[in-house]
Amino acid sequence: MQMTRRQMLAYSAATAGMAAVGFSIGPAMAAVEETEKAIAEFAGGATPETGRITLTAPEIAENGNTVPISVEVDSAMSGDDLVESVTILAEGNPNPEVCTFHFTEMSGSAAATTRMRLAQTQNVIALAKMKDGSVFMDKKLVKVTIGGCGG
Amino acid sequence: MASKPRIKLPKSAAAGEVITIKTLISHTMESGQRKDKEGNPIPRQIINTFTCEFEGAKVFECELDPAISANPYFEFNAKVEESGTFKFTWVDDDGSVYETEQDITVS
Repeated sequence: MQMTRRQMLAYSAATAGMAAVGFSIGPAMAAVEETEKAIAEFAGGATPETGRITLTAPEIAENGNTVPISVEVDSAMSGDDLVESVTILAEGNPNPEVCTFHFTEMSGSAAATTRMRLAQTQNVIALAKMKDGSVFMDKKLVKVTIGGCGG
Repeated sequence: MASKPRIKLPKSAAAGEVITIKTLISHTMESGQRKDKEGNPIPRQIINTFTCEFEGAKVFECELDPAISANPYFEFNAKVEESGTFKFTWVDDDGSVYETEQDITVS
């Protein structure tokens, strides 16, 4: 198809406009700051330490729609040595929150497995809050081949 | 939206044993991020809370966000001291509640 200069200009202007609109309504990816805010909110003043919590996630997730993740906290789950809650955060998703598990003495052990969505290659963070207020953290980088946040 | 919760837990256990419970429920877990063919956003509809109780006492609870996959699956543990009934509850964004129960015999 032959295009005149006038048509060409109109076409490119329309494309540029569409691109701008598409960008502004596209899903905003959760910035790292937002994740840090979520960490601070969950920690409630405590500084997250490493150790005791183990996050298991695949190194490479082929399908970001279902990524299996497991979290386990080393705890006797009785008396004062109790894990109250564990939260999972994803840095590169539109919202960093993934889920929060609440455990009780009847849980026997602080371990849980679920499946999550990942929009892109990113860090997945697990935080555990103990009964005494201390917070433990583990982080895993998951490479995602196909993102799972729809489009 | 959701149907047929499926639970897998042992029928019997020894007192004080820590058992593993697996649960699965069919639900689209619409994240609110997707758009339909016309480009309109599809409203969010997910299961936002899952709880497991044993004879009225809470064993495990999870708050779900849209980043949980469709057909939410959970695997967790419970310590059983006596025979009784586990009750599982899922709460949908639209207010519906899906429930199921399963017994366990402790010797």
